Amino acid sequence: MANVTLNQIRKVYGNGFEAVKPCSFRIEDGEFLVLVGPSGCGKSTLLRMIAGLEDITEGELSIGDRLVNTVDPANRDIAMVFQNYALYPHMTVRKNIGYGLKNRKTPPAEIARKVDEAAAMLNLGAYLDRKPSQLSGGQRQRVAMGRAIVRDPALFLFDEPLSNLDAKLRNQMRIEIKALQRRLGVTSIYVTHDQVEAMTMADRIVVLNGGVIEQIGTPSEIYHSPNSTFVASFMGAPPMNLVKAQLDEGTVRLDCGTAVMAAPAGRSGPVTLGIRPEDVRIGSGAARFDIALIEELGAHRLLHGQVAGQPFTVHVAKETQVSHGPQPIELPPAAMALFDTATGARL
Amino acid sequence: MADLTQTAPARTTRSPIRWASVLDHAILIAGAALMIVPLLMMLQMSTIPDAQVMQHGPSLQIGGEFWDNLRKALFQSMSFSGETTGLTMFRNSLILGLGFAIGKIVVAMLAAYGIVYFRLRFATLAFWLIFTTLLLPLEVRIVPSYEITQKLGLLNSWTGLIVPLIASATATFFFRQYFMSVPEELVEAARIDGAGPVRFFIDILVPLSRTMIAAMFIIMFVYGWNQYLWPLMVSTQEDKVTLVQGIKQITQSLEGNHIPEYGRSNVLALLAVLPPVLVVLFFQRWFVKGLTESDK
Repeated sequence: MANVTLNQIRKVYGNGFEAVKPCSFRIEDGEFLVLVGPSGCGKSTLLRMIAGLEDITEGELSIGDRLVNTVDPANRDIAMVFQNYALYPHMTVRKNIGYGLKNRKTPPAEIARKVDEAAAMLNLGAYLDRKPSQLSGGQRQRVAMGRAIVRDPALFLFDEPLSNLDAKLRNQMRIEIKALQRRLGVTSIYVTHDQVEAMTMADRIVVLNGGVIEQIGTPSEIYHSPNSTFVASFMGAPPMNLVKAQLDEGTVRLDCGTAVMAAPAGRSGPVTLGIRPEDVRIGSGAARFDIALIEELGAHRLLHGQVAGQPFTVHVAKETQVSHGPQPIELPPAAMALFDTATGARL
Repeated sequence: MADLTQTAPARTTRSPIRWASVLDHAILIAGAALMIVPLLMMLQMSTIPDAQVMQHGPSLQIGGEFWDNLRKALFQSMSFSGETTGLTMFRNSLILGLGFAIGKIVVAMLAAYGIVYFRLRFATLAFWLIFTTLLLPLEVRIVPSYEITQKLGLLNSWTGLIVPLIASATATFFFRQYFMSVPEELVEAARIDGAGPVRFFIDILVPLSRTMIAAMFIIMFVYGWNQYLWPLMVSTQEDKVTLVQGIKQITQSLEGNHIPEYGRSNVLALLAVLPPVLVVLFFQRWFVKGLTESDK
């Protein structure tokens, strides 16, 4: 078990591309941290630097109290689960799981005991003598997990481990991984581009965009008080509504002129107003919402349309009766967030 | 499968003979028959007395000399020293074949491993230099090769017979292409699992390449087995004569009133064909796998 500290870590590739701009954060012992962002945001590069598969251009990386910048991956006391599982195709499940131990000169009897233990934990007992090609995707993923846990490392690294599985299996494995991590209490870093995975699994989320950390926080913090329009629109499905508005004389007005909230004095000009679809109340209020499409999802409905000529989505419970056309809506000031239109930063 | 399910119901209504298939088979059978004629001729000539071959050439007659010829081919000496029998030549060819196959595979795998997995400054250049040697077969460079071998004092030794030809651009190329298709993540997983370069090579890469190794083994074994020019030049000792050389020496002895030992040399020729055939039969399944599919 260990905490991990990143101090001004930076990555510049040989061709001059800066994949990760200097970033610092600390992962506490036993914490499940998720790195999330769109493709090319640097999340995988960051993970691979922590694993030691990629050189760190600048900055300091510590696992526990040890500076590991130049330590070989094998000696960082980490285990990694890859997107394509990366199982050794010619070895049985038993040998796959035990390979790391064998290389560390563990006595055969102990390897056998630990492999059996890990297999039992992952329900792989019946498959120990099969080759990876004889297993399903979910089982292969479990073998990859087994290979990680059998070594009893200080740190687990997951590189989009569920993206090759179908949706149903993904939901199931998500829960299994989270439960396993809770049980073992191993510090974990998990990379994904799927914001649902990030929200459901993380103790804390790091949202990355273009090699820069946009926000670090618990899922609830990230969801309810996003730091920027990027975080607001990336996290949540459907994402937060972002509507252009004007700020003057202490009042925020939509483009159609409706005043929606009081605002801090001393500023004026264009702002972006953000509100989560489920925070909007429908049926009364000053603003008007023109419903164009009703998406039926069983447990609830999503209403897509326009407010003040801009795209807008409202989430309503299944009991709420709605019809197409204009509806009055209320935007509760407490649920709203204001962003600088130019920089996207929270005001 | 789709083809099967489609044609099965049609069978009952249509003629069971598919002419396209018949034509395919006819062509294949004709080709195979053509190929096997020389083998049958060899077999036939080894059963009749040498004089009869001299008089009539190959015929359809089957005689009773085969076992006698086989005995002579295997056990009768053919050299001045009186020690080199067919069996010795067989052994020598085997040493050359196995030495070439194993040596070339080991060297080529190590070279490809270095080129693909290590950050060498001129790896690509080195690879293309190796590759261009394909344009310079033994026959082109035989004089300098001979000179170097001679200066190293390797004439008349197994080392001199095998080592100068042990680098193989073909095998290096095939292994390089194969290694490049091994997923990067496998390398990384092995690194995290604590496998160093040697462990990774032995535990992961060699077992993964076994089909490719089998394919290379066939090609290189046959290449070594069939060597004629190089052993002829490098070795002047009778105890290192190979089968291919041996056959030549017997058929050449047409002088005075000697009749060449056609029967015996044909048995030797049959013996010379046998091991490559066996190697191909044994490795065939892997051979096809190695060259076509990738088991990763």
